Amino acid sequence: MRDKPERRLLDESRRTRGMLWVMAIMLFLTVLAAALGLGMASASRTLDRQLAGRLTIQLVEGDAGRRDAAARAIAQRVRALPGVTRVAEVDRAHLAQLLEPWLGEAGLDADLPMPAMIDVDLASGDTAAIDRVRAAARAVVPAAQIDRHAQWLSPVSAFLSTITWFAVALVVLMATATAIVVLLTARGGLDSHRDTIAVLHILGSTDMQVARLFQRRIALDTLLGGLLGTVAALAMIWLLGQQAAGLGSELLGGVALAPLDWLLLLLLPAAFALMALFAARVAVLGTLGKTL
Amino acid sequence: MANIVQFENVGLRYGTGAETLSDISFTLSAGSFYFVTGASGAGKTSLLKLLYLAQRPTRGIVRLFGEDAGALPRKRLPGFRRRIGVVFQDFRLLPHLSAYDNVALPLRVAGIPEADVDGPVREMLAWVGLKDRDSAKPPTLSGGEQQRIAIARAVITRPEILIADEPTGNVDPDMAERLLHLFDSLNRLGTTVVVATHDFQLISRIPDARMMRIEKGRLNDPTGSLRYPPGMAPT
Repeated sequence: MRDKPERRLLDESRRTRGMLWVMAIMLFLTVLAAALGLGMASASRTLDRQLAGRLTIQLVEGDAGRRDAAARAIAQRVRALPGVTRVAEVDRAHLAQLLEPWLGEAGLDADLPMPAMIDVDLASGDTAAIDRVRAAARAVVPAAQIDRHAQWLSPVSAFLSTITWFAVALVVLMATATAIVVLLTARGGLDSHRDTIAVLHILGSTDMQVARLFQRRIALDTLLGGLLGTVAALAMIWLLGQQAAGLGSELLGGVALAPLDWLLLLLLPAAFALMALFAARVAVLGTLGKTL
Repeated sequence: MANIVQFENVGLRYGTGAETLSDISFTLSAGSFYFVTGASGAGKTSLLKLLYLAQRPTRGIVRLFGEDAGALPRKRLPGFRRRIGVVFQDFRLLPHLSAYDNVALPLRVAGIPEADVDGPVREMLAWVGLKDRDSAKPPTLSGGEQQRIAIARAVITRPEILIADEPTGNVDPDMAERLLHLFDSLNRLGTTVVVATHDFQLISRIPDARMMRIEKGRLNDPTGSLRYPPGMAPT
């Protein structure tokens, strides 16, 4: 099918594919940055969700008999509390395994006074539920210590949050750079088609009619180039995701993108094409406004 | 007849240089035929640029269709320009478009539906004797053919004023006469025609036409009625 006549007004032979490839690179980098941001936000949410209601009760008692009895009593009381989803005494063999790198096999004799530890998962991380657990534990052993996992993993959460914002800043920077590329391309286009535009003006073309010629071209190049870049970036993200899944890390597992995240990434070329269309219009109208 | 164009003490200066046009005053009646003549560099093209709104005067008043063209806001210029047809000395056809698309351009710019474009374009191509060259690109056409395409493009919207800058400068005498005949027939249909030329033989072919002579940026016949009989034309 032939193009609409008004779309042939600009000489297509003067068109270069440079813009398309620039946009492909821009969108490739933008999608990677956006995926990083979305992945980190997801990991941060997963971490918060996992840690918000997770506690460890620690009992320090030299007498192993009293310690184990107190641990059982606390576990029983805590299990009965509302909002508690799991209570598990940490296996002593597992504790010994954790200490082995520091003490060596010889240091792990049976008389070593190790604290009793009870892992508790709550349905939510609200303060009232935590206070109830603390009260229940201290009713049995007043010196019982309650460790909130969210507290000691907060630097990790802050780090994830920083990377998320860094990724957002990268996306904004890439969008700004794309808008600048579009402005320069539109101005270059006006310059190379100056004679055609002069004739169109004398024949009674409005600035908006001329702007439409450029904005359509630039938006199409952005969309096509953007799709190329996006597909390449998504393929790379998928590949990295497969490799990360193979590592079996709980934290890296949280970085995985949700279906909505993939959809958002797929919408980026369209969003950039719209932005390019607007930027091209502004550039063309601004430049033509200075002429007669 | 009503005045379609009125210049009052118009001056035009490019940048900070000397005035290209000074104290130009004249009126053009609707439906009349005018020649603008003068030596190369006298200011003919600058005068035409003011007429087809490619320039604004630096002083004085240019009144077009009863309105002060110099004070027109930019957004109203396209509407005014669509009432004026222009034929350039260098044709200014779009080289990447076919003869057909070049002639159709003013209709498409005016937003005429595509279904209503074909008839007038074919009619204009036939009128200028190029109906078989509709798909030819300008670079493959002769100078005379390009000039006729440019004329067809200028008149397809039936403009109220047709402005032609040295329209016969690039064609042989036979073709020049044929082109002039095209202008004359358009003038008889009611279009005001303004032709810039220094070819006095050509001027003598339109007996009813008026002539304005520009010398060094000044109009030496402000009444616009001065005529030179062919034998007395200044050289």
